[in-house]
Amino acid sequence: MQRILSRAASAGGRLRRCTAAFSTDAPAVATEDSAFVEAWRKVAPNIDPPKTPLAFMKPRPPTPSSIPTKLTVNFVLPYKSELANKEVDMVIVPATTGQMGVLPGHVATIAELKPGLLSVHEGSDVTKYFVSSGFAFIHANSVADIVAVEAVPLDNIDSSQVQKGLADFTQKLSSASSDLEKAEAQIGVDVHSALNAALTG
Amino acid sequence: MASAASSAAAPFWRAAGMTYITYSNICASLVRSCLKEPHKTDALSREKVHFSVSKWAGGKPEKPSTIFSLSFSLSRDDFCC
Repeated sequence: MQRILSRAASAGGRLRRCTAAFSTDAPAVATEDSAFVEAWRKVAPNIDPPKTPLAFMKPRPPTPSSIPTKLTVNFVLPYKSELANKEVDMVIVPATTGQMGVLPGHVATIAELKPGLLSVHEGSDVTKYFVSSGFAFIHANSVADIVAVEAVPLDNIDSSQVQKGLADFTQKLSSASSDLEKAEAQIGVDVHSALNAALTG
Repeated sequence: MASAASSAAAPFWRAAGMTYITYSNICASLVRSCLKEPHKTDALSREKVHFSVSKWAGGKPEKPSTIFSLSFSLSRDDFCC
């Protein structure tokens, strides 16, 4: 039993160990684990072999030679999947280096997100979310994975609370003593001013 | 990584001794507190973390001494991230 399991693990490792620079360059085949299946058939030829985790993984779409027309977006939160494999024209993500527009064919990037506005452009529809923080992974094959801790549509934000919070934290920032308190107050000011800008802009 | 390039400026929260997870959780809880009802109550229920702590003696856990329900708040130094 242990032997079969270790062989399954090493077959999975074989794919990863081909030293590809990008995950999208790795062989894009969904496989069943051939070594495992052979060993299974020797031991239990009449029973169908169970699927190993490798077989459940969908193959990564390979990097196309010409720039695709649409960007595939996966936008996930810890408690739900907001967008799954949605084909869009463009997303604008609030990276720490500023608002970053991602079009199909964007260079592979990992961007850390700051609290700000995420907008998804599909034709003439624009869907906006306020993202608290997270990361955006853009792959060479025009797939964008955006992970965030909290993302809310702008309609759900209460502007009076935002103003109150902004005033509170600005006051805390001026009266803060230790480094940690200053950092927390600064975070509060950043988040609330970003919320404010998102509501008014 | 910031440790490799020592000249790279660390973000202010890192310089103050905060980890990224703490920063991210604080941002999320601030955003949650600025929501309208009923979304706010849903979000706050999502934020709660329930755990119980029990000491082990002789290979068996004793009865849990306390069952915690932790909700995220600022300036809590006593939890580990």
